Amino acid sequence: MSQYNTHLLVCAGTGCHSSESSLVYEMLRDEIMRKGLDKDVQIIRTGCFGFCEKGPIVKILPDNTFYTQVKPADAKEIVDEHIIKGRKVTRLLYTDPETAEHILDSRHMGFYKKQLRIALRNCGIIDPENIDESIARDAYQALGKVLTGLTPQETTEVIKKSGLRGRGGAGFPTGLKWEFTARNKAVQKYVVCNADEGDPGAFMDRSILEGDPHSVLEAMAICGYCIGATKGLIYIRAEYPMAIKRLKIAIAQARELGLLGEHIFGTGFCFDISLKYGAGAFVCGEETALIHSMEGKRGEPSSKPPFPAQCGYLGKPTCVNNVETFANIPVIILRGADWFSGIGTEKSKGTKVFALAGKINNVGLIEVPMGTTLREIIFEIGGGVKNGKKFKAVQTGGPSGGCLTEKHLDTPIDYESLLAAGSMMGSGGMIVLDEDDCMVSVAKFYLDFIVEESCGKCAPCRIGNKRLYETLERITAGKGVQEDIEKLKNLGSVIKDTSLCGLGQTAPNPVLSTLGNFMEEYMEHVHDKKCRSGQCRNLLYYVISEENCIGCMACKRVCPTHAISGEKREVHQINQDICIKCGACMEKCQFDAISLQNDYPRVTVMANC
Amino acid sequence: MIELTIDKKKVRVEQGTTILKAAQQVGIEIPTLCHFELCDMGIENRPGGCRVCVVEVEGRRNLAPSCITEAEDGMVVKTHNIRVLNARTTVLKLIISDHPFNCLVCAKSGHCELQSLATQFGIRSLPYEGEQSHYRKDTSPSIIRDVDKCIMCRRCEMMCNEVQTVGALAAVNRGFMSVVAPAFEMNLVDSPCTYCGQCVSVCPTGALTEVDHTNDIIRALSDPAKTVVVQTAPAVRAALGEEFGLDPGTLVTGKMVAALREMGFDYVFDTDFSADLTIMEEGTELLQRIRGHLAGDSSVRLPILTSCCPGWVNFFEHNFPDLLDVPSTAKSPQQMFGAIAKSWFAGKIGVNRKDLIVVSIMPCLAKKYECQRDEFKTDGSPDVDFSISTRELAAFIKQANIDFLNLPDEDFDDPLGESSGAGVIFGNTGGVIEAACRTAYELHTGKALKKVDFHELRGVEGIRSAVIDFDGLKLNIGIAHGLGNARKLLDEVRAGTSHYHAIEIMACPGGCIGGGGQPYHHGHSEILAKRAAAIYAEDERKPIRKSHENPSIIRLYDEFLGHPGSQKSHSLLHTEYFPKSNEVSIYLNGHNGK
Repeated sequence: MSQYNTHLLVCAGTGCHSSESSLVYEMLRDEIMRKGLDKDVQIIRTGCFGFCEKGPIVKILPDNTFYTQVKPADAKEIVDEHIIKGRKVTRLLYTDPETAEHILDSRHMGFYKKQLRIALRNCGIIDPENIDESIARDAYQALGKVLTGLTPQETTEVIKKSGLRGRGGAGFPTGLKWEFTARNKAVQKYVVCNADEGDPGAFMDRSILEGDPHSVLEAMAICGYCIGATKGLIYIRAEYPMAIKRLKIAIAQARELGLLGEHIFGTGFCFDISLKYGAGAFVCGEETALIHSMEGKRGEPSSKPPFPAQCGYLGKPTCVNNVETFANIPVIILRGADWFSGIGTEKSKGTKVFALAGKINNVGLIEVPMGTTLREIIFEIGGGVKNGKKFKAVQTGGPSGGCLTEKHLDTPIDYESLLAAGSMMGSGGMIVLDEDDCMVSVAKFYLDFIVEESCGKCAPCRIGNKRLYETLERITAGKGVQEDIEKLKNLGSVIKDTSLCGLGQTAPNPVLSTLGNFMEEYMEHVHDKKCRSGQCRNLLYYVISEENCIGCMACKRVCPTHAISGEKREVHQINQDICIKCGACMEKCQFDAISLQNDYPRVTVMANC
Repeated sequence: MIELTIDKKKVRVEQGTTILKAAQQVGIEIPTLCHFELCDMGIENRPGGCRVCVVEVEGRRNLAPSCITEAEDGMVVKTHNIRVLNARTTVLKLIISDHPFNCLVCAKSGHCELQSLATQFGIRSLPYEGEQSHYRKDTSPSIIRDVDKCIMCRRCEMMCNEVQTVGALAAVNRGFMSVVAPAFEMNLVDSPCTYCGQCVSVCPTGALTEVDHTNDIIRALSDPAKTVVVQTAPAVRAALGEEFGLDPGTLVTGKMVAALREMGFDYVFDTDFSADLTIMEEGTELLQRIRGHLAGDSSVRLPILTSCCPGWVNFFEHNFPDLLDVPSTAKSPQQMFGAIAKSWFAGKIGVNRKDLIVVSIMPCLAKKYECQRDEFKTDGSPDVDFSISTRELAAFIKQANIDFLNLPDEDFDDPLGESSGAGVIFGNTGGVIEAACRTAYELHTGKALKKVDFHELRGVEGIRSAVIDFDGLKLNIGIAHGLGNARKLLDEVRAGTSHYHAIEIMACPGGCIGGGGQPYHHGHSEILAKRAAAIYAEDERKPIRKSHENPSIIRLYDEFLGHPGSQKSHSLLHTEYFPKSNEVSIYLNGHNGK
């Protein structure tokens, strides 16, 4: 076995990969070869480090040097300076935005300090395409432990006791789900891994599959053992090619070592896993829709009951768990239910992975114990709001979640507290909004996504969300009336109350939560025809300043709708009813007399009256 | 048994009963829209999509759709509190907001379930107006798809896929643009559609309707140069009365004849006559094939399949192109009528073929397609010019301002109006094979039947079988109605495991009485049962109940055709079948091939 003194970990997650990290890897490898260091220095491609804001990432062990935004051209310098001469390449080190200090050891980075990585434990540490590295990090030990020492009931009991809940969004207790599926007798049962990650901006499932596929495969086998299934299926969207590739490699390697297939660990337990590809419909993350899609049917949900645990894939009892949920299982088995339930809050145990995005300094993937506050996540781990702007809200729970405000910042986050605050956990998307964001437009943005992704099966979701969207469109176009606010409220609550599946039942959340927390912005749009953040184009007004206008008529001549009036050498005026906001006048004016403002202009007295 | 409380009423029901059904037991009718059921036939559509039937269940976060939510012991349900009523009304207003408002000129006006709900809910305003979804209108020989009016109830999809296994219609697109349509934006004519019309018969709105030929007939009737002959199918008389408020199962044969005469048809004839003719030809073919088979002739294909249902003919041409020699070659009664009317009858009254217009009144939409088939034309002129449905006839009678209910009963004209009871029962599932047995038995044995009624061939089960004893010759008879059931029997034939000598197949559940052109039953299967009973009652009342005893049939053979299966019969009364590829397979193969 080779002994290396230095390890170079190059992030090969999809994010860094698209910033040429594979080229970085190749350049580094070639440089190491060229310098004859390959006996001493190991270089591997890992899964995601989570710090996507500053990718591509190269981490050097044992001293935890964390290089950010590494370019292929930096390879030579890293090898020459860091590896050979032992001097860190300062310009590539992560710099703390507050202290402006270079961080020498990644453990001291604010981004990692408050994180507790359980589901992401191996991401950014191992080569996901090499099963030996996973095994060195205890992969398949938990499977061995349950197959040789625990009954299915005992194993399920551990999961139940741990308090693990579904990480896909609904938060159903995982152990209970296993128990229900186990209870239903059938010749064939199925374990399904839901890897149909659809929330815009969320990529925790992808990162786990790309960075640590064996944790999921192992957990599926454990689940199969508990519920009495011999077949596992991973439903993964086809637009995750790298995750698919690594899963295929992982499955093949596990089969080769007898960790999947017949008589695993020499026991009577047989379990194998295959992949099913989804076409990227958001609704297929809903378990009944997912099952229909796997069966080759239209991907649309059906009413529950019957639950998949009773009648799932091909009519057989099926246990559907999310990727992140599965990734927690092996650790729980190895370290015990008590250890896991010691983390988190009263009803939400363990950790949760969040995808931080939006107007935040450290965009990326983080994992924190349940009960961490929004403030800790956004201002400590996330490094605060970008460009020193003022925090306005954070949207959690994906497109059907809600917007939380300043007053929620100190709420410890768990399933219950998010629901109580009018949002939800969802799969863990977290999008930070600042003072420049218009909350009506934010609600409209999410509704647009929902309208696009509704399957169309039930009327309230199919038509109701469209009508919600159209109403928001009217409001942001300055055509809203007070009645629209009432419509939004009633329609939103009826859609929640009557829709068939989770998608429709949560779809109005962005509207209802912004109505609840930012009513004054809606009122401004409707009554004052004003968008305070200047995002709604139709609520911006071109105005001619009396002071600067010399009455040259240049603007008047270019206005395509003849909205500008005023005689030569008199102050001109823009008729807001006719103005189409093309901006031609402002471009033409040489006297800085025309400006764009978001207050509806008061009617000024004509100069010649 | 479990007990629950609905609107403060206690109700005990079997485990597995839905809230909707439980409520019905205590007289509470929860409004529904997408839900549809023909319970006697095991046909049910409950996607839980419209959400009109929602109710409040104590302890549940959301409202529950009563059509799919099973009642539970101790459940407390409220079906009409403010929350429920507001939700229902809002949902209905949403559905209407994406539905054209041209009710006044819609073919479904007055029969539209969406319209009825709007009336019931007292909808007076549409606060949620917005964009409406628009799709291409698609017209086939039988069915018009105007899916701007589709409300995604999925009833047609269920009928087309689960009941009929035709697979022409299914939900396409997503979200606001989702709609039920053939795959790949195909036209219905290019799809595997059989024109059975079951989609039309269950569509709650005007999204699927029949192609209306009433105006063509008015044009023919008003042309003095034309002699216009009409034939009426057996199932029409058992259902037409419903359109005029009569109880289902009321026979209106005499009034129908009177109305048609009043409307100006020169001769009012009966398809029952040509049904008798069909039996002569098909029965003879049946006996010939069976005798050949018994004599060891290996070229004889058994079982023989009936061929009078055009939806069924389309189905096997699409799905069983390898079995085209199995069905009887006999034309359907509609086409036999047309062939005889435009040859023998035209000659008798001295009218040129081109001046004779044959109209058929059918319970069926596939008949519209059938009469346009090339093989049923002579020099481009069809044997049957226009086929209209029972519904179209009713609308026509109303349009003509005829006081249908007070018309005197009148008789059909001669000679193509005389029929036996055997011809009448063609309208029911099992009727054709029963009629064939009555004649084939006597022709084969030379003995008179002691009992004309073959009760063992009747019923509503989807697939039935019976052994009929032809005086020692035991015939295995199979019966299927609904194309899904037909497929099962055909799969057996294809696999060589079928033990039947003869099989009767009707495309529509219940046979022609449940045809796609009949008055809408809105899911009340008792209506179908009453129509069936009426048909058997008419049969019993007939003095002649066997086709070969119909004097007009005997005269036709004496004067014109010779004998059943003669050369003339073959050229006029028999046909051939053509394999139909469907565009889906062409599309897919084309893509695979590249």
